[in-house]
Amino acid sequence: MSAKTRPMTSVSALLKAAVIAVATFAVTAPALAAGPAHTPHREDWSWSGPFGHFDRGQLQRGFKVYREVCASCHGIKLVAFRNLMEDGGPEFSEGQIRLLASEYQVQDGPDESGEMFDRPGRLSDRFPSPFPNEQAARAAQGGAYPPDLSLIAKARTYTRGFWLSLLDLVTQYQEHGADYLHAVLVGYGQPVPADAHAQPGLHYNPYFPGGWIAMPNPLSDGQVEYTDGTPATVDQYSRDVTAFLAWTAEPHLEARKQLGFVVFIFLFVFAGLLYFTKKKVWSNVAH
Amino acid sequence: MSGHSTFDPKNPALKWFEARLPILGLAHSSFVAYPTPKNLNYWWTFGAILSMMLGVQIITGIVLVMHYTPHVDMAFNSVEHIMRDVNYGWLIRYMHANGASMFFIAVYVHIFRGVYYGSYKDPREVLWILGVVIFLLMMATGFMGYVLPWGQMSLWGAIVITNLFSAIPFVGEAVTTWLWGGFAVDNPTLNRFFSLHYLLPFMIAGVVGLHVWALHVSGQNNPTGVEVKSSSDTVPFTPYATVKDAFGMVCFLIFFAWFLFYVPNYLGHADNYIPANPLSTPAHIVPEWYFLPFYAILRAIPDKLGGVIAMFAAIVVLFFLPWLDTSKVRSARYRPLYRQFFWVLLAVCLGLGYIGAMPPEGWYIVIGRLLTAYYFLHFLVILPLLGFIEKPLPLPASITEAVLAKNGAAKPAVGA
Ligand code: HEC
Ligand code: HEM
Repeated sequence: MSAKTRPMTSVSALLKAAVIAVATFAVTAPALAAGPAHTPHREDWSWSGPFGHFDRGQLQRGFKVYREVCASCHGIKLVAFRNLMEDGGPEFSEGQIRLLASEYQVQDGPDESGEMFDRPGRLSDRFPSPFPNEQAARAAQGGAYPPDLSLIAKARTYTRGFWLSLLDLVTQYQEHGADYLHAVLVGYGQPVPADAHAQPGLHYNPYFPGGWIAMPNPLSDGQVEYTDGTPATVDQYSRDVTAFLAWTAEPHLEARKQLGFVVFIFLFVFAGLLYFTKKKVWSNVAH
Repeated sequence: MSGHSTFDPKNPALKWFEARLPILGLAHSSFVAYPTPKNLNYWWTFGAILSMMLGVQIITGIVLVMHYTPHVDMAFNSVEHIMRDVNYGWLIRYMHANGASMFFIAVYVHIFRGVYYGSYKDPREVLWILGVVIFLLMMATGFMGYVLPWGQMSLWGAIVITNLFSAIPFVGEAVTTWLWGGFAVDNPTLNRFFSLHYLLPFMIAGVVGLHVWALHVSGQNNPTGVEVKSSSDTVPFTPYATVKDAFGMVCFLIFFAWFLFYVPNYLGHADNYIPANPLSTPAHIVPEWYFLPFYAILRAIPDKLGGVIAMFAAIVVLFFLPWLDTSKVRSARYRPLYRQFFWVLLAVCLGLGYIGAMPPEGWYIVIGRLLTAYYFLHFLVILPLLGFIEKPLPLPASITEAVLAKNGAAKPAVGA
């Protein structure tokens, strides 16, 4: 990785400096930036709760938004084409996905003469990323790095404080990442507060930590064509692409919740039987 | 405890085998005939729960290793490969990750159970010390396991913790370089952590064996803290304890399943879904929740070496607990003052955990220091003095008497 190309000593010096800084002031970074980020609004997602499941239509629309808008800057390199037709996901037909995969060029090789070559994608290939590496991405984006989005819905969150977090355990609220994504995507175009210094090349977005994000507002009304009558608005695009990214981050979410329910029923019955067995066994002993 | 085994197999093959290796007799006297006090409550099922969780961790861990790649360039993606491509890989991985937390929840309950009922006292000192050894090994295992998925928290947690060793005077630098296998946390570090993470659980299993052995020599303590006097105080392990433990384990599994199936990332950290990057420091480096009290103690001392010493001392002091507690009475039930200090200690430990999760600034620093001071005060001053100051309540003559008093209409024997 990039650290290895640098001399070891400078890396260790850098790490040590960072560690000292971190160990002493664990929150300096956000505190120094332009004030705390706004708290995302809590949305009502179809996949939340014990019986949550994705809305296929929404995932398919979300994929369309990703492909037509986000894919020019962000990869989803952990997702394979075949995943798009598997249970619990957008569930496109095999024909649709074969066609889709063949529209991508995937590097393969080496061939007999030792050359790498490009060929059309197959079901088993993962999505090729728009940039070959982080440096290329930064070079194209004016120094900023558009992260891979495969896991972004689980890699972002916002703090809710101690008591609300305890409540989240009971209410199973865990869509913090999705709420954050949606908030950022629709959070552009707000009036810049008087005390915030405009940063060249950055865009004001109060939901992004620090308030200034390198990503230009990616969405606008009518940008992506929807054929199922869903309104073609920024808000809807954002919800759909967020749902899609929630699925890429946790492709087996539906299977997990479904299995969970069965396991719960089993455990409750088993516990009940054991309870009465225990009562019977102990009934002849004072304890 | 019961001397010679009462196991007497009828089957000739078993008889033959038993004469050569009496392992079935050992199992029989340990888990079937073993006399267990009849007044144990559900806090006593946590030993069985812990054994179950160790089994869960070892089994899921071995399956994970079949698909995991311990290399800085591949570890993160190999864990995602488990989550996405391996059949039920998500289940195995979430079981292992949440199982570690459940293991610690169970061990904390188990430890505080022992502290409340005075289970560390004569004749159970060695049993207690073996328990603290298990706890230390678990902490090492959990810490190194968290490094394996090689996300941002894996890397930066490893950097912060291994850097603590550089506080050792004179040899600190050399020790850290030796631990890292280089000049930074990098591939050699990941590889050795992986190796040790695989090894330590089996060492834990070994120490658990000694722990149970010691237990079966001294016998179990019980909520009265009064030793077993006669066979009327006990019931055979099977079926009595077996069925009660089984019920406790299934209830614990229900609790586990809530996390596993519905909030599997609740106890984790979002940053660990970002691949490790040595050039980008996360805004907030927090260890896993089960280290937070110790992390708070570490940060309470303004000096790095002092902080490290305090953190280790917080665990080392537990080894001396059997001698720091000067009271002759075991159970807090009959120790009116100690009982109150017990709840204060529990609150202080929870408070330390809370402080450990907060940024070290403002009042958090002050409160963290006060709680740290109290933690040591409890063990080093309050406990030794309490044994002399406190006037314990009258003890029941035996477990049977306590049980009769509890079940009878009046409660004359306990007298309080
Ligand atoms: C023109 C290129 C471009 C397009 C198109 C684009 N992004 Fe980005 N995106 C970026 C850059 C650059 C960053 C890094 C921002 C930073 O670090 O300041 C980023 C960052 C992000 C982040 C991370 C924010 C954080 O918390 O760190 C998310 C999430 C994101 N983009 C989602 C999307 C989605 C969804 C789309 C499609 C609707 C999209 N982006 C389209 C360039 C782009
Ligand atoms: C005492 C018992 C154990 C404890 C407390 C423990 C703890 C942990 C923890 C906290 C993690 C990080 C989880 C994550 O965020 O992914 C982990 C990962 C891992 N552990 Fe263990 N573990 C134990 C036993 C084992 C055993 C016995 C093995 C193998 C034989 C093993 C193999 C692994 C592997 C391969 C990983 C990395 C995969 C992953 O991150 O999910 N563990 N362990």
